[in-house]
Amino acid sequence: MERVDHLADERNKAEFNVDDMKIVWAGSRHAFDVSNRMSRLVANDPVFEKSKRAVMSRKELFKNTLRKSVHAWKLINELRLSDEEGLKLRSFMDQPGFLDLHWGMFVPAIKGQGTEQQQQKWLSLATKMQIIGCYAQTELGHGSNVQGLETTATFDPKTDQFIIHSPTQTSSKWWPGGLGKVSTHAVIYARLITNGKDHGVHGFIVQLRSLDDHSPLPGITVGDIGMKFGNGAYNSMDNGFLMFDHFRIPRDQMLMRLSKVTREGKYVASDVPRQLVYGTMVYVRQSIVSNASTALARAVCIATRYSAVRRQFGSHDGGIETQVINYKTQQNRLFPLLASAYAFRFVGEWLKWLYTDVTKRLEASDFATLPEAHACTAGLKSMTTSATSDGIEECRKLCGGHGYLWCSGLPELFAVYVPACTYEGDNVVLQLQVARFLMKTVSQLGSGKAPSGTTAYMGRAKHLLQCSSGVRNARDWLNPGMVLEAFEARALRMAVTCANNLSKFENQEQGFSELLADLVEAATAHCQLIVVSKFIAKVEGDIEGKGVKKQLKNLCYIYALYLLHKHLGDFLSTNSVTPEQASLANQQLRSLYSQVRPNAVALVDAFDYTDQYLGSVLGRYDGNVYPKLFEEALKDPLNDSVVPDGYREYIRPLIKQRFRSAKL
Amino acid sequence: MEGIDHLADERNKAEFDVEDMKIVWAGSRHAFEVSDRIARLVASDPVFEKSNRARLSRKELFKSTLRKCAHAFKRIIELRLNEEEAGRLRHFIDQPAYVDLHWGMFVPAIKGQGTEEQQKKWLSLANKMQIIGCYAQTELGHGSNVQGLETTATFDPKTDEFVIHTPTQTASKWWPGGLGKVSTHAVVYARLITNGKDYGIHGFIVQLRSLEDHSPLPNITVGDIGTKMGNGAYNSMDNGFLMFDHVRIPRDQMLMRLSKVTREGEYVPSDVPKQLVYGTMVYVRQTIVADASNALSRAVCIATRYSAVRRQFGAHNGGIETQVIDYKTQQNRLFPLLASAYAFRFVGEWLKWLYTDVTERLAASDFATLPEAHACTAGLKSLTTTATADGIEECRKLCGGHGYLWCSGLPELFAVYVPACTYEGDNVVLQLQVARFLMKTVAQLGSGKVPVGTTAYMGRAAHLLQCRSGVQKAEDWLNPDVVLEAFEARALRMAVTCAKNLSKFENQEQGFQELLADLVEAAIAHCQLIVVSKFIAKLEQDIGGKGVKKQLNNLCYIYALYLLHKHLGDFLSTNCITPKQASLANDQLRSLYTQVRPNAVALVDAFNYTDHYLNSVLGRYDGNVYPKLFEEALKDPLNDSVVPDGYQEYLRPVLQQQLRTARL
Repeated sequence: MERVDHLADERNKAEFNVDDMKIVWAGSRHAFDVSNRMSRLVANDPVFEKSKRAVMSRKELFKNTLRKSVHAWKLINELRLSDEEGLKLRSFMDQPGFLDLHWGMFVPAIKGQGTEQQQQKWLSLATKMQIIGCYAQTELGHGSNVQGLETTATFDPKTDQFIIHSPTQTSSKWWPGGLGKVSTHAVIYARLITNGKDHGVHGFIVQLRSLDDHSPLPGITVGDIGMKFGNGAYNSMDNGFLMFDHFRIPRDQMLMRLSKVTREGKYVASDVPRQLVYGTMVYVRQSIVSNASTALARAVCIATRYSAVRRQFGSHDGGIETQVINYKTQQNRLFPLLASAYAFRFVGEWLKWLYTDVTKRLEASDFATLPEAHACTAGLKSMTTSATSDGIEECRKLCGGHGYLWCSGLPELFAVYVPACTYEGDNVVLQLQVARFLMKTVSQLGSGKAPSGTTAYMGRAKHLLQCSSGVRNARDWLNPGMVLEAFEARALRMAVTCANNLSKFENQEQGFSELLADLVEAATAHCQLIVVSKFIAKVEGDIEGKGVKKQLKNLCYIYALYLLHKHLGDFLSTNSVTPEQASLANQQLRSLYSQVRPNAVALVDAFDYTDQYLGSVLGRYDGNVYPKLFEEALKDPLNDSVVPDGYREYIRPLIKQRFRSAKL
Repeated sequence: MEGIDHLADERNKAEFDVEDMKIVWAGSRHAFEVSDRIARLVASDPVFEKSNRARLSRKELFKSTLRKCAHAFKRIIELRLNEEEAGRLRHFIDQPAYVDLHWGMFVPAIKGQGTEEQQKKWLSLANKMQIIGCYAQTELGHGSNVQGLETTATFDPKTDEFVIHTPTQTASKWWPGGLGKVSTHAVVYARLITNGKDYGIHGFIVQLRSLEDHSPLPNITVGDIGTKMGNGAYNSMDNGFLMFDHVRIPRDQMLMRLSKVTREGEYVPSDVPKQLVYGTMVYVRQTIVADASNALSRAVCIATRYSAVRRQFGAHNGGIETQVIDYKTQQNRLFPLLASAYAFRFVGEWLKWLYTDVTERLAASDFATLPEAHACTAGLKSLTTTATADGIEECRKLCGGHGYLWCSGLPELFAVYVPACTYEGDNVVLQLQVARFLMKTVAQLGSGKVPVGTTAYMGRAAHLLQCRSGVQKAEDWLNPDVVLEAFEARALRMAVTCAKNLSKFENQEQGFQELLADLVEAAIAHCQLIVVSKFIAKLEQDIGGKGVKKQLNNLCYIYALYLLHKHLGDFLSTNCITPKQASLANDQLRSLYTQVRPNAVALVDAFNYTDHYLNSVLGRYDGNVYPKLFEEALKDPLNDSVVPDGYQEYLRPVLQQQLRTARL
């Protein structure tokens, strides 16, 4: 930070202890310490410089990623960082690269699906990075539909090998990060065919490139899939395509912790319960929810600080203009996003607990809560990533024209983030999975089975189907029971309405297809209830620090009442609230905005982001925006000279009216 | 187009004549013919190639812009294209460039504000492009607030000159397109100060660069503002910064058609009514609405064609998977956007008429309809650009993972488009202007003044405040009066509610500030009513062509009922409809989607876009997506070699465990 803090006035207004809030945001003092230490390690290391990404060519950017990734790996080894620290260091590096897939997908796949022997052999190579791996599942013509994958792995008993083949162009692996240029190996998902029978999709470890000169092995065509969204962003990563032309691998490279193929080619179905594979999915999706809160928090941090710096209108006779953050329209758009960042943080914490709980149950062969855990994580991944994607773009707009500059950090943040709505399950498809779960739960209500976990409220169907909200004045909306009941009634009634409508169709599946849109909305309502209830649970618990709990309560009710306002149609059409009660909620929302206003900058300071990590001129900690915007502008290559390249060829002929003879 | 049409089945299903729909979309046969001819001229000219934009460096991209502009100007001269044709040619080049500002802002400013003598002198230079101009208004610290501009123009009677000066860093001109590297001149907006008094903002023609060697003139600091959002996109344009250090210009370079400064330094206010300046604003904003329908239709075209090509899930025992466009969730998200593209087209047509009408009235000194015209264009600019920006991003998501590839055309379309939400008036600020107009109109209802034009419905306040919708079955929603009444009642009731709430505040302005969010919503409701009513009005005109009117009817009601669904909270909370009626609207919406489905591809073919213009592998006319995706991938510079640059320096040391000694 430089000498003068242009946001000092804002920080002095805070009605709570920022350092205590930092602990709450991080989740624990330990988590804060690790995060703080790693972020400063990265911020102070010139190798991790990233402000030039937008002016690098694709090749330069990719090479820069290799350098940073290898440097990070070197640091991890030299400093003997723990797994937790290593993960944090990579996240603060903030540049999509092959490490994310090697450690985040390739290694876990071997741990989760490999036999003891396979783990011993491959993990020793992978953890030392003597091989670099990626996760090759998605195909050119097959995204969400894993069972539709076309790549084949046909067992040849004569040679004790699998023949990996891409029978069609649409069966090409397409999208795996790190595949295009870096990975030497991949976990490949292919249809297992043995003795003429197709046993469905299974995982195989396949070597792709020579460990001597890095050239692709014979029978393998591999390369980069081309430019992606944004400037910088995922263009730093070699997402790749991969095609096999009858490529042979030893039988023991099929991941066989679950199903197996014997030397004779007999398929041995897994005796391990199929449900175990869901554990990894739950883990990945809860990580995505945590990432959503981080990404949204970054955008909100930038927009909040700049909204406090920026002034527009409101001046009288040459006086100072009004801070943009004081406008109700700005607050109306910004503060719900600030609240959402915290809401997603806390539901992410709960999901982490859920994952731990599910893992323990799976180890004890207890699968009772698995369907609900799966539905939870699917739905929350969908809901939080959609809200975050929209929220980042809204934050960019909240910064006015300067939000369009790459150096605001927001365009790249948006471009890096939006794939989260598509990967690990398309968001709409995921909500439909939640909807199926809800329909099943509703149908079981009649049979006396008591719903549990996040659907426990459905056990109170009798009450929730007929109750009406007791809100009489604006402050009543600060009662957790009132809020929860409104959300529960809305979610239940929407689910029951869908179930009733489904029952009118002769063919259940046809009805499901016809009512997809309504089902998605019912699923969304359920997921929003989960987030609201977990936020309320958090703020009702013990939280230390002067004024911290008060601020979190304000944010909690902003989040809930904002959702109520945004989805008012649901609440009114299900008679969960009346128009008058909705109006009172709006009044309370405005009151809450006024309470948050003096704390806004401090609330984003609590995210503890370094300026290097934010990578935003508008979001600088010190608020010194305009001089720094100029500095950044002067670095652009177009400013290398005052007269631009191309002047003689293309501008001068126009001005001198000599274009007829000009060679263009 | 190449050999096989993979979308032939879709085209054969169409229940209307596409050629006739093309005429409707274009607005007239003449408009269609000009557009079609010029589009093909551009598509067939290799200089206008654009599929490689993402692979160019900033300098290369900018230079390609200069080349295309010079080439375009040469073709315009050679082919003797008229003004309409030339405008179309520049449009189809589809690359942001200085010519957009030269012809779209600089020339009109001189025409609108210059005296006869000034026009004669400067337009002759500008029309031949012997000077290149831009429009320097926005400043680093001042966007929407034009009256807050800080640049000064102080008259010096001793030398008969204005001294143009940038007193602070935030006064720097920042954002004008074409300013950074190309423009030799600008219309600069500055505070006019003469005889010690500040007369507010006025326009001045200022030369910026030498016409001999293109270097900036003394005391002028000018350059590019840096990389902007997206890959390609506006990075092809030199948006610039500009600072004046007491630069002197002759007095006669003040645009003096309106106010003047005499040789003695006396300020002579304009005797031309102030309202005349609004004419240009109305013109610019109606153009923006037309552009919105254009941009949205491009995105919808890509998403619709790819949704017909793409298949996912639904396969049974290895059969063909289901076309994505047949999923109700896809239709639920895509078809309202298709309908919106048409809706915005038609309201854009109406705005063009409105502009003509206002111009005629202004010429006759009739200012009666000007406030309404101003509110209309402000509100519709805001509504259509916001919906289009969101719609483009939604279309990208509707294409799944491949929508993230630059070659889908959607990332760049989004990045080029989103500034429309900010320029020519920030969208939220514009809606507040509409809100002020509505509050004034409501206040006048009591005094017996009859509202006209788009607020005519408010004259039926007595009925609209108490009426109830008569819908009893789903088909009732296909009655134009039923739809209009619901939208009118909602808009009126929201406006009246705001007015009542405002009246409870002692200070009107304070109340306005407090209720900004509600006022914005009331303004949006009013604007949506305008779009719906103009779409309905369009359908009541004669429209030729087999099945064309039927399709437009379907799209109109999809648009209206989609808005009703999206803003259900408004309709229910104002008691304009009941929850049951809302449910019937949803039933009807699903029925309409089913009717549109076989016509979807033909409806986007009606936009008549060449593949060159769309620049999208996913949106190819022939639907031959997957082979072309591969072709595009192979062009990426990372695929210049199978072993990537950086392998020896960064990957090999890792794989060979030689990291400790490696120099990174």
